[in-house]
Amino acid sequence: MIVKLLSGDRPRSKMLSAVLLLILFGLLFAPFLFPGTRSLDTAARICIFIVLVASYDLLLGYTGVVSFAHTMFFGIGAYGTAIALVNMGASYSAIALGTVCGALVAGAFAFVITLFSLRVKAIFFAMMTLAVASAFLVLVSQLSGFTGGEDGLSYRIPREMTPAFKLVKEKVLGVRLNGKLITYYVVFFSSLCLFLVLLRMVNSPFGRVLQAIRENAFRAEAIGYKVVRYRSVATILSAVMAALAGSLMALWLRYTGPATTLSMDIMVDILLMVVIGGMGSMYGAVIGAVLFLLTQSYLQNLLGLLQESLGSLPIVSEVVSPERWLLWLGMLFICSIYWFPKGIVGRLRGT
Amino acid sequence: MSDSLIKPRIERPSFSQMIEAKAPLLLVPVLMVIGLFAIGSGSTWLTLTAAGLAMGMMIFIMASGLTVIFGLMDVINFGHGAFISLGAFAGFTILGLLGGWIESPSIALNLGAVLLAVAFAMLVTGLAGYGFERLIVKPVYGQHLKQILVTMGGLVVTQQLIYVIWGPDEIVLARPAAFQGSFVVLGAAIEKYRVLAIVIGLALFVAMRLVLNRTRIGLLVRAGVQNGEMVEALGYPIEKLFLAVFMVGCALAGLGGVMWGMYQETITAHMGAEVMISVFIVVIIGGLGSIEGCFIGAMLVGLLTNYTGFLIPKLALVSTILLMGAVLMWRPQGLYPVVKAH
Repeated sequence: MIVKLLSGDRPRSKMLSAVLLLILFGLLFAPFLFPGTRSLDTAARICIFIVLVASYDLLLGYTGVVSFAHTMFFGIGAYGTAIALVNMGASYSAIALGTVCGALVAGAFAFVITLFSLRVKAIFFAMMTLAVASAFLVLVSQLSGFTGGEDGLSYRIPREMTPAFKLVKEKVLGVRLNGKLITYYVVFFSSLCLFLVLLRMVNSPFGRVLQAIRENAFRAEAIGYKVVRYRSVATILSAVMAALAGSLMALWLRYTGPATTLSMDIMVDILLMVVIGGMGSMYGAVIGAVLFLLTQSYLQNLLGLLQESLGSLPIVSEVVSPERWLLWLGMLFICSIYWFPKGIVGRLRGT
Repeated sequence: MSDSLIKPRIERPSFSQMIEAKAPLLLVPVLMVIGLFAIGSGSTWLTLTAAGLAMGMMIFIMASGLTVIFGLMDVINFGHGAFISLGAFAGFTILGLLGGWIESPSIALNLGAVLLAVAFAMLVTGLAGYGFERLIVKPVYGQHLKQILVTMGGLVVTQQLIYVIWGPDEIVLARPAAFQGSFVVLGAAIEKYRVLAIVIGLALFVAMRLVLNRTRIGLLVRAGVQNGEMVEALGYPIEKLFLAVFMVGCALAGLGGVMWGMYQETITAHMGAEVMISVFIVVIIGGLGSIEGCFIGAMLVGLLTNYTGFLIPKLALVSTILLMGAVLMWRPQGLYPVVKAH
């Protein structure tokens, strides 16, 4: 049953299985294990980013395509839901419509981009997606009548999903069962389903072809697979998945703006998560996202301590200042590309 | 015997072929004329055109390094933007130290300060380029996917190092006194600094063409772009050549960074990554690896950005993307694709 759910893609390492189980249960019981708004927020972000990073891995790790437009699709999904909620009021039909439209638009955009650029070299595709995504970001922040501009959109979601709604009066295990909790579980289970769907995809015959293309596109073409077509489909699928993750983000934050969905910083974050976690394995996305987001919150504390103890040295104390956590992750990123290209998952599997 | 000598007969290209080959050269004037009609007012057009050309020149300075590096070694440096920022910060440090020179009304002192800043910025970025090539790019020659990722990582780390050295805040610095203000030509106000940018950009373009076409180093670089293995087989150390070109490319990014910084009068660690969007568009339009294409692409992007920035401000960046799309439909490899032997 479990193996079937995982589409036959076992973790293949005791350590990895243990870590994954820990993450799964940690996220499943997060509201009870780590009470508090901030930790619940981190947990929800982890869920959403797992889907986002996994969908990026479908492109980068499985197909060998480098795209910098992933946050654009993430943003399209988020804005789809947000705009529907703003214009139609807080209703479930608005959420459904916005999500579907966002996913469709993202797919259509991805299709247009592939038409232009997938036939050319990887470098061309990477540069072009970077340019398009940046232009999209600028456009979104300027069309303020439609997207709220730089300020973004704040909106209401159905009452059952807000903290104001109480499921039961009393606290259960010291936690209030309110609408925020319901939203968290909506996010959690949607993310879990989307992740399993992605796992199904990469372990299907389609996924095998993608890996063949990654290893040797010329050979795959020679065997008779239409490389461009497969790459296009992979790009579109990953765009749709990213858009769905974006809708979850819009639902969770009740706010959608350029900084939370479209910015290039998020793109760099995704890249770091995929590579550090492990390219070419969906579990890498899980490990990468969890590690990155936890680091983002807690490495800063650690660096803060380190800085205090080194306080006197001028440059060194700057290097370990809490704001410079990205410096260390960036170095880890470069090192992992050189020395363990399969990331943490590859290490744990001993390959 | 002599009259039976067979002369090689070279077919004269037909008129349409000649047009086809030279067509990219016409794009810039055509765009200018369209701009004139769209804007309507001559003096506004002149101001915008000067602004566009100046912006184009600065983008060209930054993009030329990137495109030559790619042409020679098939390496694309996504971290190029970090060198732009680094150059700007290094240059501004010097300008900050020479505060007295900048504020004085004497043009000689002003120019001296700018030249020193530029020299220092190019030195710093050139040396940083050496480190970058050895540490980050060298291990991943020939692997495009890893190159993109690793240079992206280099970008992140370098940006963070800029924060470490210069602190997290943006630096604001006024331009030297001699380059503030503007001339009035035919009723149009043209900023002095833009004229300076155009002059430097043109000089660089001419110098690059001369070096590439008239010197031995240039010959080697062009040969390397065509077929690196053959150059190596003939006994030239292509790796060293490439290292030198990489350093020059990074130094040019530094030069562009200082100039862009003085143009904006504000610099941040992210400014390089932001300009890189236009740089990539220019390089794609021009055809990866080509200096001429890069130059034309930069002029087109600069002009178009300024024209649409005036006419439909919201679409300034999008219009360049559309231009890129249109050019790629016409010539899928860019205006002047570099023909590789392999």
